[in-house]
Amino acid sequence: MATEFHNLQELRHSASLATKVFIQRDYSDGTICKFQTKFPAELDSRIERSLFEETVKTLNCCYAEAEKIGGQSYLEGCLACATAYIVFLCMETRYEKILKKISMYIQEQNEKIYAPRGLLLTDPIERGMRVIEISIFEDSGSTSSSSTGSPSSGTAQ
Amino acid sequence: MSAVMITRKATRKWEKLPGKNTFCCDGRVMMARQKGVFYLTLFLIVGTCSLFFAFECPYLAVHLSPAIPVFAVLLFVFVIAMLLRTSFSDPGVLPRALPEEANFIEMEIEAANGNVLAGQRPPPRIRNVQINNQIVKLKYCYTCKIFRPPRASHCSICDNCVDRFDHHCPWVGNCVGKRNYRYFYLFTLSLSLLTIYIFAFNIVHVVLRSVDSGFVNTLKETPGTVLEVLVCFFTIWSVVGLTGFHTYLISLNQTPMRTSPSTLGMDMSTSPFSFGPFRLKSTSGIEIFGPEIDGS
Repeated sequence: MATEFHNLQELRHSASLATKVFIQRDYSDGTICKFQTKFPAELDSRIERSLFEETVKTLNCCYAEAEKIGGQSYLEGCLACATAYIVFLCMETRYEKILKKISMYIQEQNEKIYAPRGLLLTDPIERGMRVIEISIFEDSGSTSSSSTGSPSSGTAQ
Repeated sequence: MSAVMITRKATRKWEKLPGKNTFCCDGRVMMARQKGVFYLTLFLIVGTCSLFFAFECPYLAVHLSPAIPVFAVLLFVFVIAMLLRTSFSDPGVLPRALPEEANFIEMEIEAANGNVLAGQRPPPRIRNVQINNQIVKLKYCYTCKIFRPPRASHCSICDNCVDRFDHHCPWVGNCVGKRNYRYFYLFTLSLSLLTIYIFAFNIVHVVLRSVDSGFVNTLKETPGTVLEVLVCFFTIWSVVGLTGFHTYLISLNQTPMRTSPSTLGMDMSTSPFSFGPFRLKSTSGIEIFGPEIDGS
């Protein structure tokens, strides 16, 4: 079908950006990095609520784990301080490792779930951990009836 | 279209950053524009330590212990490493909102404020969020077009919003914020120790030498001592005081900047950012030894 995008490259070249939705930070548990799981109205016709919520909840869990202060992070910090932080030239911190994992997860989600629905998640680190930016693409080659066609293609998968 | 994209060199993020920062070494070094005072700091530290190594260390190594210059070297290397790390690293600059996000926020503000009559001033742009059961007001930054996260502030010298902004330090030539606060604190702490160390051993050296050759002769033999004592004396007053102040702040998990007036009247124990009295000991260690979190 013309409205199905099999990979992100196709999405970027054949679709035009319609609008962007921004998922804000959820500060109810303090200043830890956590995003709101409230489902935005603009995505109503694009993606199932459960898929979206699962993505955001997984991201929140990953960030909580990254910011967790345990034995390993204290040891890392003390070792770094003792070596005047030169050790970070050779070693990656636990937080950076988890950030990389999150980046891979977002890419995987984009390829499997969001791109086929004409959406694209931007890694929050690119926006200073303030928002999760979701770009909504419209298929530029087809008429406006294609947007009503996409939910059926989404549920057929 | 793809052929054009291949021949065009990819622009790095730091090349596009709208703030007033200077970058070196392919974006690895990030500083403010005015660097004069930073060079002065570097000159004072390196100069005073050179005088110490030249005049005092040979005498003290022989007459007291060789461990004295060794420890001084270690401390000196640590101070310089911390200074350079503070000066050259990104303090936690928040990226400005791209046009789409800025428009989105504008629409949200207009929806919240409703219709404003022509000629009337629009209400201030404030967003209320609830943090740990307390309402905190987030202010809108007109330059960066974002609602600043809690404890972020805009530095007018560098023209950036910085997360957990402490202050802009001209001695270090950079802002002090979330990402380089630990290096700044360790710099002031180690510099205090170094200054006290040099001052103490200067006195010891003068006393020991005066016993042998007399006070005036000692000063003639090692003129550097006078200069060192002067620099150390004035440095101790300022740097040790600053270290003490920041130690106090860390133990309370506060920053000097309070972005919203609503937090000013708050009791420390009920601040939305404190973890409560039972975890004070752990929070003080977290600032310095905890994980380095957050990117920009």
